[in-house]
Amino acid sequence: MTRHLLSVSDLDDDALRSVLTTAAQMHDVQHRAVKKLPTLRGRTVINLFFEDSTRTRSSFEIAGKWMSADTINITGKGSSASKGESLRDTVRTIAAMGVDAIVMRHQASGAAQQVAGWFDESGVATSVLNAGDGTHEHPTQALLDAYTLEQRLGPLAGKRIAIVGDVTHSRVFRSNVLALPRLGAHVTVVAPPTLMPSGVASWAAADGFALSDDLDEVIDSGVDALMMLRVQRERMAGGFFPTPREYTVGYGLTRDRLATLTRRNPEAVICHPGPMNRGLEIAADAADAASSLVLDQVSAGVAVRMSVLYHLLASDGIVEGSLA
Amino acid sequence: MNGHRMSGHNDLLVTGAAVHGGESADVLVRDGRVVAVGPDATGAATETDLERVDADGLVLLPGFVDLHTHLREPGREDAETVRSGSAAAAAGGFTAVLAMANTSPVTDTGEAAEHVLDLGVAAGLADVRPVGAVTKGLEGAELAELGMMHRSRARVRVFSDDGRCVHDARVMRRALEYVRAFDGVVSQHAQDPALAGPGACCHEGEVSGRLGLTGWPAVAESSIIARDAELALHTGSRVHIAHVSTAEGVEAVRWAKRRGARITAEVTPHHLLLTTDLLGSYDPVFKVNPPLRPQEDVDALREALVDGTIDAVATDHAPHARHDKEHAFPDAAFGMLGLETAFSVVHDVMIASGRMDWALLTERMSTAPARIAGLAEHGQHIRPGSPANLVLVDPRAEVTVDPGASLSLSRNTPFAGRTLTGRVRTTILNGRITVADGEVRP
Ligand SMILES: [Zn+2]
Repeated sequence: MTRHLLSVSDLDDDALRSVLTTAAQMHDVQHRAVKKLPTLRGRTVINLFFEDSTRTRSSFEIAGKWMSADTINITGKGSSASKGESLRDTVRTIAAMGVDAIVMRHQASGAAQQVAGWFDESGVATSVLNAGDGTHEHPTQALLDAYTLEQRLGPLAGKRIAIVGDVTHSRVFRSNVLALPRLGAHVTVVAPPTLMPSGVASWAAADGFALSDDLDEVIDSGVDALMMLRVQRERMAGGFFPTPREYTVGYGLTRDRLATLTRRNPEAVICHPGPMNRGLEIAADAADAASSLVLDQVSAGVAVRMSVLYHLLASDGIVEGSLA
Repeated sequence: MNGHRMSGHNDLLVTGAAVHGGESADVLVRDGRVVAVGPDATGAATETDLERVDADGLVLLPGFVDLHTHLREPGREDAETVRSGSAAAAAGGFTAVLAMANTSPVTDTGEAAEHVLDLGVAAGLADVRPVGAVTKGLEGAELAELGMMHRSRARVRVFSDDGRCVHDARVMRRALEYVRAFDGVVSQHAQDPALAGPGACCHEGEVSGRLGLTGWPAVAESSIIARDAELALHTGSRVHIAHVSTAEGVEAVRWAKRRGARITAEVTPHHLLLTTDLLGSYDPVFKVNPPLRPQEDVDALREALVDGTIDAVATDHAPHARHDKEHAFPDAAFGMLGLETAFSVVHDVMIASGRMDWALLTERMSTAPARIAGLAEHGQHIRPGSPANLVLVDPRAEVTVDPGASLSLSRNTPFAGRTLTGRVRTTILNGRITVADGEVRP
């Protein structure tokens, strides 16, 4: 595997499969009385979160701790910029403390890739793990989505998955379309035209996913999973859609759509990366339905992140034979 | 600006240069003027303090003129000063540069314009002409003192809020009407700010979609050009479109010229060579405004530069301190160095490839920009009596761009490591060598 995990595309097919397989083993640890593996003892992982995300940060922190890594959180929105320090200086300073990995969340697309590039160019050995960069990618989210779906649906080959909502601004979407089609799933991306990224048609053709602006049609065609994306409240001011009500009517997973979904396919499941805007992109009934995998996703998140940390930090031979 | 003679030599004899890319000849320069061209030149050179420049295999052209340079002084002297920027200009073969108004403070008064002019004279490396702001503080609301800037010693003729678009049609109309009184020109950074979010940082298209970056659509440029063409027709004034970057923008200029609008346009060397695909690295050295565009746009710009839809090459030289570029891509400063590499890029892309000849390169890099800016001492055909603002270039030499060798105080060149054909050898300002082979003459 590569030294950094910046994008799902950093994982070749073997690595992608291996991360998911290891995640299943890690998942078992969660059901033990003592949730501790010695795998990363003596290694230091910094959670460097320039943008708030309690969910993702906690998930990485727990993953690190259960593998016996020393995990330290550094948070603060734009803290470096406000002091006039460049991003490069900020991360160089942290890396100089001798950390093994930086788990990085940043509000700017590409930030993790830039940091990894600076490290590579100046010979810094620290691994960079992208925990969400702007509207670009969130690779561990896609890995945990794939893992969760496989746990429930079995192998994803031939499964029909729709990703619905604010596609333009979604790093969950950008990572999932790099992961799911490679696992054999048929992916359809659904959004109003104002929330589709520019140039997405040629991109979809190249990467093997379909596009639609009609959620009812997609649900009616019978899908195995609906992945609802979070709608950022600030999009409403941006004129991407007229009103929240209109968004819900057009693209929300409403009670009616939930009924159609399960009528067409009783096994169909629902995902959401959270936090959910109940009543906007997802009705409360859908969020709490038996077919909702929202909490499974959270639980899988820890296992997948343990797996990723294992692959990045433990599989280089420094720490051996520690996977129980 | 004449009479600043720091060298001991009063006269120059350039021998064996292909003048304007044609027949090889000798050129005698005395007291800042060309006095003889051809075989007589050597005979006329009898002075003992004559400096000889062996120009065998080199092409002699009028010095280049840059309509669009950011010199950062006053305000950001850590990124560039008028002195360092004019050294970079001279190294790039430029004898005149127009210094954009977005300094701190903004060049929006006669005094501010005279200050920049005086700094240029003191540096003595290029004819530095301030561009005046169109609106006070570049705020886009109230007209700056356009007339006072024109009446100042700086004789400002070109006005621009560059870095920002004059997006209010009423303000643009008034500016155009006002500068007509002294044949001024408004240089527009054509980019409708309403057509993209405030975080726009690249071209809107497939690449921005994949990278998750907010982009400017091409229509943000072409819609403003079309509007300004209408205003230029309405007012009878001159409008100049800075750094056209899209095929749609080219079409809008073409349409406006067909309709008889007094419109001119420029393109930067980087928009003639680089594409938006470079953004895959998220390297902020490729972050520029207007942004790098796809190959179809690059092709349209090259064609427009040949057919005259685009009148001039302008660098948009935008130096930045290292720490202003070492941020996440959306947070990093916009802009690239351009003065030292402009000729090599244009030569490589347009001449070495057979798209252009020397006459057309001279027109686009020297004659047309001098005419647009109203600089009578630059861009003149080389003949007895013409001002000795000249450049010697070597069409056969290759240049591998090394940011470390730049005379700019900044290092943000997007061409680092690229090998280009065509090199500036010697630049002559008012009969005096300013830079020879990358070294500033004291
Ligand atoms: Zn500009």
